[in-house]
Amino acid sequence: MSIQNPLKLRPRAEDRPGQRAGAALPNKMTARGVTVFYGAKQALKGIDLDIQENRVLALIGPSGCGKSTFLRCLNRMNDTIEGCRVEGRIALDGEDVYGKAVDAVQLRARVGMVFQKPNPFPKSIYDNVSYGPRIHGLASGRDELDEVVQTSLKRAGLWGEVKDRLREPGTSLSGGQQQRLCIARAIAVSPEVILMDEPCSALDPIATAHIEELIDELRANYTIVIVTHNMQQAARVSQRTAFFHLGEMVECDDTEDIFTNPRDERTQGYITGRYG
Amino acid sequence: MTDLVERDAAAVTPSPASTTPPKSRLRSEAFARRLRARHAAERRFRLAGAAAVALAALMLVLLLGSIVAKGASAFLEARIRLEVTLDPADVADRNYAAPLRRALYAQFPQVTDRAGRRVLNDLLSSGAPYELEAMVAKNPALAGTTQTIWVRADDQIDQLVKGGYRRDLPESERGLSDAKVAAADALLASGALAQGFNTTLFTAGDSREPEQAGIGGAIVGSLLTLLVTMALSVPTGIAAAVYLEEFAPKNRWTDLIEVNINNLAAVPSIIFGLLGLAVFLGFFGMPRSAPLVGGLVMALMTLPVIIIASRVALKAVPPSIRQAALGIGASPLQTVLHHVLPLAMPGILTGTIIGMARALGETAPLLLIGMVAFIVDVPHGLTDSATVLPVQIYMWADSPERAFTERTSAAILILLGVLILLNGAAVILRKIFERRW
Repeated sequence: MSIQNPLKLRPRAEDRPGQRAGAALPNKMTARGVTVFYGAKQALKGIDLDIQENRVLALIGPSGCGKSTFLRCLNRMNDTIEGCRVEGRIALDGEDVYGKAVDAVQLRARVGMVFQKPNPFPKSIYDNVSYGPRIHGLASGRDELDEVVQTSLKRAGLWGEVKDRLREPGTSLSGGQQQRLCIARAIAVSPEVILMDEPCSALDPIATAHIEELIDELRANYTIVIVTHNMQQAARVSQRTAFFHLGEMVECDDTEDIFTNPRDERTQGYITGRYG
Repeated sequence: MTDLVERDAAAVTPSPASTTPPKSRLRSEAFARRLRARHAAERRFRLAGAAAVALAALMLVLLLGSIVAKGASAFLEARIRLEVTLDPADVADRNYAAPLRRALYAQFPQVTDRAGRRVLNDLLSSGAPYELEAMVAKNPALAGTTQTIWVRADDQIDQLVKGGYRRDLPESERGLSDAKVAAADALLASGALAQGFNTTLFTAGDSREPEQAGIGGAIVGSLLTLLVTMALSVPTGIAAAVYLEEFAPKNRWTDLIEVNINNLAAVPSIIFGLLGLAVFLGFFGMPRSAPLVGGLVMALMTLPVIIIASRVALKAVPPSIRQAALGIGASPLQTVLHHVLPLAMPGILTGTIIGMARALGETAPLLLIGMVAFIVDVPHGLTDSATVLPVQIYMWADSPERAFTERTSAAILILLGVLILLNGAAVILRKIFERRW
C-alpha cells in the first residue's frame, strides 16, 4: 500500500466541500522570511507561512528539517536556547511577536504549547490545570478556578476519567491521559493558538486516536499548529499542511492537495516514502 | 507508509550469508575457555569488592569500639555522700569548704593528724564547695540544718573507682598514694562513694579540673557558630546557584566564576582561617574567639560546597518541567520558584547539611581566629569568647590527666552523635521533599 490517498483512512465528509472556501479564513499568525541560527548553524532559511484562524496546520518533513524550530519560534520558546538567533518577522494578529511591545510571558499565554513528551508538573491534576490561570490571575476565587479546571479538563476529554481524583498527582496518569492533561493545562489559560510538537509520538495508537479526535474538536475554538512525523495523522487532523525540507518550507497547501497532488517532487517523494 | 517500512526492513536485515558468524566458533573449546575465564574474572571482582567492604566495616567497628570503650565511663562520675551540717556562721562567711571537711572528717574519726586530713581533703573535688554554695543559694533555708548530700569526688578518686589505677602496682608507680586508695576503699565499703550520671559533662564549660570540665560551653559555641554559618551561607549559596544555573548567560565570565567556585571548594580550610584572621580580625577589628567570626569563616568555607551541591540538584531537574512552565506563560522567576526549586530542594538540603556537618567538625580555621582559648564560661552571645566541640576535643586530648582521656573520647562520641543526627535529618528531609515525575 502506498499513500495515494491517505484521506481514505478516515474520511471527514463534512470538511471536504468547505475546504476550498475555507482558504479565505483570516490569518491568525504570519511568518515572513523567518531565519534561525543555532550559533553558526542555520536551521531555517527564510520561511514564509500563514497560519489561518480556527484551522489545523500540520508541519511535516524529515527529521532535522526545522519544523520544530519553526514551531518554537511562534511562541518564542527558542529564546531559552543559548545561541539561538531568530531573524525575519512573525506576527500574531498583525503584531510582531519579536517586537519590543510584546512580552514573551504574555505571548506564551496567548500561544500555548504541548510538548512531544507528556510533561505534567509533579503536582496534583488540579494544580496542573489551575497553575496557568492562577499565575495569570485569570480566575478570581476558588469557585471560578474550579470551574476553569473542570471546563479545561472537559474540553481535553479527560474530565470523566479524573473527576474523582483531582488531588492525585498528574504523573500517576497513563501516557495518553498525561498528554491530555497537558492539553487541558494549555487550554486553561484560554490561549488563541496552540502549538503541538509531535504530541502523539510517545503514545500508543488508542491514545493517539483520542488526541486526534480532541485536536479536531479544539479547532472550533483555537488555531492549532501541529508538528508530526506521522503523515496519516497530518492527513487526518489538519486542513492545511506545510512540508519542510532542510530548513526550507517546500510547499504549503490544503492538506488534500498536498497528499493527492503535490506540486514539488520533494513533497511527492516524502509522502510516498521514497526518502525521509 | 508500508513502502517505508518495507524499505527500512530491507536495509536493516543483513543477508544471512555475509554477517552471521559460523556457529562452530561459538561452540568451540577456545570459546568455552574464554567464557570460563570471563566468569572467573567476575567472581574475583566480586570477592575483592566484598573484601573491601568488610575491611572498611572492620575499621569502623575498631574505631568506634575503641572510642566507646574509652569514653563510655565518662558518662558516669564518682560522688561522695556527706552528712553536712551547715553552720549559719559559715554560710554568712560563704565558707563552704569547712562544713564539707567537717562532714568528711566525721566519717574517719581515727584520722586526726594534718597529713591524714590533707589526704581526706583531696578526696573531694575542689569544686565541691561551689556545688554546696549553689545549693544554698537556691534554697537559703538550708542554713543551720543538716543535709545528706552527694558531692563530686576528685578526678583521681573518680578514676580509681572506674578502675583507671592499678592497685597491684607499688605506690611510686601507681601515681596515687596508698593512703588515698585506703580512704576511698573505706568510703566504697560504707556505700558513701558511688557513681552517678555525669551531668557536669554536658552542662559545664572547660576547667583545669577534669571532674569539673564539660562540653556545655563548646556545644553552645558550636551552635552559635553554626547559626551564623547557616544564616549566611545557605541563602547566599542557593541564590548564587539559582542565578548561575538558571539565569546567568553562559559565557567566559560565568565559566571563570564556576572554575573559581570549584577551586574554592578544594582550598584547605586553614587558608580560610588565615583569611578570617587577616580580614575579620585584622581589618575589621572583630573580637577574637567569637562565634561571630568563626561563623563568618565557616560560611566562606561552606559556601562553595552549597553552591556546587545546589547547582547539581538544579541541573538534575528535567528541562521538560521548565519548558512546561514557560510554555504556559510562567515568567522565568516563577518557573524557578514554583517548579524547579521545589524539585531541586532534596538535593540542595542534602548538600547544605553535608556542608554544615563539615563546618561542625572543622577545627583548623578556628585555631587561627582564637577559638582555641581556654574558656570556662558558657558563651551567651555571638561576640562572647567561645570554643567549639572539635577544638574542645583537641584541647582535652592535649591534657595529661587520665580523666581527660575518657572525657576526650566521650566528647568525640557526642560530636559523632550530633553528626549522625544531622545526616539522619538530611535523609529524612530528602524523603519528605522528594517528588517523583
